[in-house]
Amino acid sequence: MKRRAANLLFFILMCVLAVIFVLPILIVLFNSFKGQFFIASAPFRLPTVDTFAGIRNYVAGIEKIGFFSALGYSFFITVTSVFLLVLLSAMTAWFLVRVKNRYTSALYYTFVFSMIVPFQMVMYTMSRMANLLGLENPVGIVVLYLGFGAGLSVFLFSGFVRSIPIAIEEAAQIDGCNPLTMFFRVIFPLLRPSAITVAVLNAMWIWNDYLLPYLVIGTRYKTLPVAVQYLQGGYGSRDMGALMAMLVLSILPIILFYALAQKYIIRGVVAGAVKG
Amino acid sequence: MGRSLKRWFPVFVLPLSLAFLIAFVIPFLFGIYLSFTRFTTVGDASFVGLSNYVTALTKDENFLRALWFTVKFTVVSVISVNVIAFLFALILTRGIRGTNLFRTVFFMPNLIGGIVLGYIWQLIINGVLLRFGVDITYDATYGFWGLVVLMNWQMIGYMMIIYIAGLQNIPPEMQEVAAIDGAGPLQILRHVTLPLVSSSITICTFLTLTNSFKLFDQNYALTGGAPGRESSMLALDIFDTFYGAVGSEGVGQAKAVLFFLIVAAIALVQLRISRKREVDV
Repeated sequence: MKRRAANLLFFILMCVLAVIFVLPILIVLFNSFKGQFFIASAPFRLPTVDTFAGIRNYVAGIEKIGFFSALGYSFFITVTSVFLLVLLSAMTAWFLVRVKNRYTSALYYTFVFSMIVPFQMVMYTMSRMANLLGLENPVGIVVLYLGFGAGLSVFLFSGFVRSIPIAIEEAAQIDGCNPLTMFFRVIFPLLRPSAITVAVLNAMWIWNDYLLPYLVIGTRYKTLPVAVQYLQGGYGSRDMGALMAMLVLSILPIILFYALAQKYIIRGVVAGAVKG
Repeated sequence: MGRSLKRWFPVFVLPLSLAFLIAFVIPFLFGIYLSFTRFTTVGDASFVGLSNYVTALTKDENFLRALWFTVKFTVVSVISVNVIAFLFALILTRGIRGTNLFRTVFFMPNLIGGIVLGYIWQLIINGVLLRFGVDITYDATYGFWGLVVLMNWQMIGYMMIIYIAGLQNIPPEMQEVAAIDGAGPLQILRHVTLPLVSSSITICTFLTLTNSFKLFDQNYALTGGAPGRESSMLALDIFDTFYGAVGSEGVGQAKAVLFFLIVAAIALVQLRISRKREVDV
């Protein structure tokens, strides 16, 4: 009886907290429908007949930041980088775990070491390097994401590869598999759960990343975070309405993705945290 | 497998290793070198010994101020995020109605990017401060607490999920036995539950620690370091030193090396603690 009463109390508390958690997004949402001069002066007031702006902010924002091309670049860069990162780091991890010598373990520890290096350490030199090699485009930046994301991905995959019994590989070898067919037919399917973890963690990072795309391709190709920051503009020229609308449009794809793949996202994040 | 696989190095390892060389190894080594030089482009670097480090730590008051700001922020957010996340996890493992929905809602802010988060909270915090006739750039204290609130909103759900996983691994009998032996709820929490989730506590503490310490996007969007550079954290201060004025790139790179050394030291401490725990268990 006492426990039931307590649970009811906790239920109400959680409801209140859930509302508080959602409120910031709701506030941005209803402000995105107000005229731009009614936002900063009274952000907590709902739109009224006088302040309602319809979808004007959305139209202005989409035009100002080139929303759809930004969405396209973000999508292309994230999907390509995540796909290649998952594939190539699984291949690398398998090789490094199964071929044991001085060089492979040196390479493995260099990958692990790169995980603790903050981006600011290589920020300048990496963007110079990209400059030198002509990587300042949506395809070239994928190479940088592969390189900078390699550490964590190889580390996570290596942990999982070690748990694959070597007997499976020996059996496949007797059946006549060469390393490539063995990897795609036997190893990679076994690594599927960890591939989801690696994909989720990298997708969250690359989709939301600001500094790398800003420094390397920001002037010509704006990804979503770069485009949103660009709206900030010079002082005084900032269009609050367009900003609110673009915040809503940047959150929307994330919420959609979350609604579809919630199970995998949460599982991936937990597995990644425990390993990292 | 090892021997026949070895010949396949160019297929399996080379592509990723080349990208790694371009994006990490060369920039990292070159970054260390540049921290000992004065330069405006990579081509005109001239060796100046330790002078960039001396400037970063003595003449340039921004770096140490940013370091202090970062340390304070990290301590406050590590404690608040973990305490609140743990309480949430305790409540959400009691089997109350709507548990799944609550988890989903609390976790969601974690998926939103730092720049967007910064602007969402800028609107809200400025809206509150409006009543007092000021905004978030008026005083670095506002920026500080704004960042703390933002960080809590973003990280609580994430840590809560990890704590829930930890709590669900505890066999319920252990708490039941303790209750039969006459332990009260607080005693059970202190002597049974907490020790059994200590590995989750380590993981969450270091995740919040490194995430708070390396914070950039949120800081950049929320206050941009204003007023002046008083609410700049380390990562933002390094960025401003690099791109704020021509001629201070060397100092920026030296600050970046110092930043790296601190982060590496934190990671080493974490490694030792988790190694020690593996031995204990």
